[in-house]
Amino acid sequence: MTGQTGVIVGVFADPSSTVGGVDCAELERRLLEAGFVEGARVTLLHEGPLGGDPIAVRLDDMRVAIRRREAHGVLVQFDGGA
Amino acid sequence: MTAANPPTGIIRAALVGNPNCGKTALFNALTGARQKVANYAGVTVERKEGHFTTADGRTVTVLDLPGTYSLRARSPDEAVTRDAVLGRLAGEHRPDVIVAVADATNLRLVLRLVLELKETGAAVVLALNMFDIATRQGLRIDIAGLSRALGIPVTTTVATRKRGLDDLIAEVASAAVASVPTESRWREPDTTQIRAAHHRAEKIVKTYVRPPARPDTWTARIDGVLLHPVWGLLILLSLLFLMFQAVFSWSAPAMGAIESGFSLLEQGVVAVIPEGLLRSLITDGVIAGVGGVLVFLPQILVLFLFILLLEDFGYMARAAFLMDRIMGGAGLHGRAFIPLLSSFACAIPGIMSTRVIDSKHDRLATIMVAPLMTCSARIPVYTLIIAAFIPNRHINGWISLQGLVMFGLYAAGIISALAVSFVLRKIFWRSAVEPFIMELPTYKAPEIGNIARNLWQRAEIFLRRAGGIILTMSLLIWVLSTFPGPPTGALDPAINYSIAGRLGHLLEPLFRPIGFSWQMVVALIPGMAAREVAVAALGTVYAIGGEADPTALGSALAHQWSLATALSFLAWYVFAPQCASTLAVVKRETNSWVWPSVMFAYMITLAYAAAFIVFHLASAWIR
Repeated sequence: MTGQTGVIVGVFADPSSTVGGVDCAELERRLLEAGFVEGARVTLLHEGPLGGDPIAVRLDDMRVAIRRREAHGVLVQFDGGA
Repeated sequence: MTAANPPTGIIRAALVGNPNCGKTALFNALTGARQKVANYAGVTVERKEGHFTTADGRTVTVLDLPGTYSLRARSPDEAVTRDAVLGRLAGEHRPDVIVAVADATNLRLVLRLVLELKETGAAVVLALNMFDIATRQGLRIDIAGLSRALGIPVTTTVATRKRGLDDLIAEVASAAVASVPTESRWREPDTTQIRAAHHRAEKIVKTYVRPPARPDTWTARIDGVLLHPVWGLLILLSLLFLMFQAVFSWSAPAMGAIESGFSLLEQGVVAVIPEGLLRSLITDGVIAGVGGVLVFLPQILVLFLFILLLEDFGYMARAAFLMDRIMGGAGLHGRAFIPLLSSFACAIPGIMSTRVIDSKHDRLATIMVAPLMTCSARIPVYTLIIAAFIPNRHINGWISLQGLVMFGLYAAGIISALAVSFVLRKIFWRSAVEPFIMELPTYKAPEIGNIARNLWQRAEIFLRRAGGIILTMSLLIWVLSTFPGPPTGALDPAINYSIAGRLGHLLEPLFRPIGFSWQMVVALIPGMAAREVAVAALGTVYAIGGEADPTALGSALAHQWSLATALSFLAWYVFAPQCASTLAVVKRETNSWVWPSVMFAYMITLAYAAAFIVFHLASAWIR
């Protein structure tokens, strides 16, 4: 849901989301380098026009666009339980 | 170098930073007009070098290295940054001082890069750029503390207002004197090391940076509209529509002026030089050839003006966000949107800008389809044929038939590009899907100086091409279509006896099934140099043929060609690989002859097939 906020509790590339292209460890490194790191605060800002993909998130002080496939590797604890 | 640098001699500095940190603006502010744009040896990454002088008279050369988040390079651009910093780049010296450029409002990621840069053993100076925006937002940075924590000098700059430059220059000079370059300890970090560096950077930010009291809210508000699933797409489409309208209508007065300038020049030549070979060489060869191409400079500049403005504003990343899924359906990366958009001006800058795409297959797919985008060199061919053959009528009173045909040609290019890329991805490279993670930069007002400089660089590249390859080809076609002259008492037009005429007659059987006359075949030959040259060549062929008024090439064609032939010629031009420079750029970018050969083969096959189908359908239908 747009507007949802939370904190990143884990970053590990899910093997199922990395068909070909880059391997798990590489995807994990890319996520980390883009600022998706444990402890960072995220807010879902926008969803893409087709099928809600990619998504745009606020990540601490920056805004980042990411496809849902890649976002699967980022575990977020949403504020207010869940 | 083992000892500290002597206080004389040249200091080599390099600018390194995240994308969108105002690095190029800082480079421009430091070096002004004293810069040179070329390529790095062996790769086609643009190499921007400039120089300036310190207060005590030392010369500092500066390299503006491609933006990156890490030295762990993924794209050819980022590889250049890594290799330049490590001193591994062929023909380049290791820099004495690295200036890490940071967007002062967004320090987290760049501090991790700074930690990496320090590992390389070079002296590092951190420039907190866009410091005025940070101040306006009420962001407080403890500069001295930051400098202590990082162990490097930290200065503040506002590149767009040329503030803080003297301090930065002084720091660079003293860092160069003090530094003893050591062996690089940099190794490609693994995930644990990246996390550790992140936490160090995070801790530094928490300690020395107080979050903004008045954070920027504009970017969020603008994004609320521009990234809206409905309005965002509508605005993107309207922008594209406006852009193409502007390409045609804004450039019209300038194009008219250039045209009348050349016709005045021609009249002058006619008045001064008596009729004969020399006059023909100047008017039919040089003026008609070069003038016919220079006319497109305004269109190319308007298109680039839009692209540069949108890029500077921060919109291009949003366009990639909006288009990613749509392009992804055809197997293209969202980032391919910008190169493909540039290809509407010219495939060459488009193909060169695919370097922002990390993955090899994504990049190759984009390169392979870029020439299918309707570049502005096709516009003169299209407008000439459309004006001559398509009636200037309106359907339902408001849709121009000519405009509709033009739109159809653009659409044919786009659809076939998507189809070709789809086939490439689904058949040849099935498995490779690259991640899409992209920063959406903060919006900022475009900087006029930066845009003007870039626009000028584009104009220069185009003019150099017009002066070089296009002038040469114009002269070549003139020679080919003038010599040998007709025998005395010849009845046919003179060009029938020339080399070009004979070549055209020779190749004509090959092209007869698609309805081309020998004159058209003649015009296609120089059209290989650049598509638009075909117009000049048609002009030369028909003007020298003595059958047409050279100022009314369109009406001459209307008498000579059938409608089916004209449509077939248009279809040919949608697909044909009629541009040797594009093929040469593909060779350079892919570092192999395989890809330009594949490109030539698939495009000429499509062109012949499309022209064949169009010609026969049109012939059958019209009859």
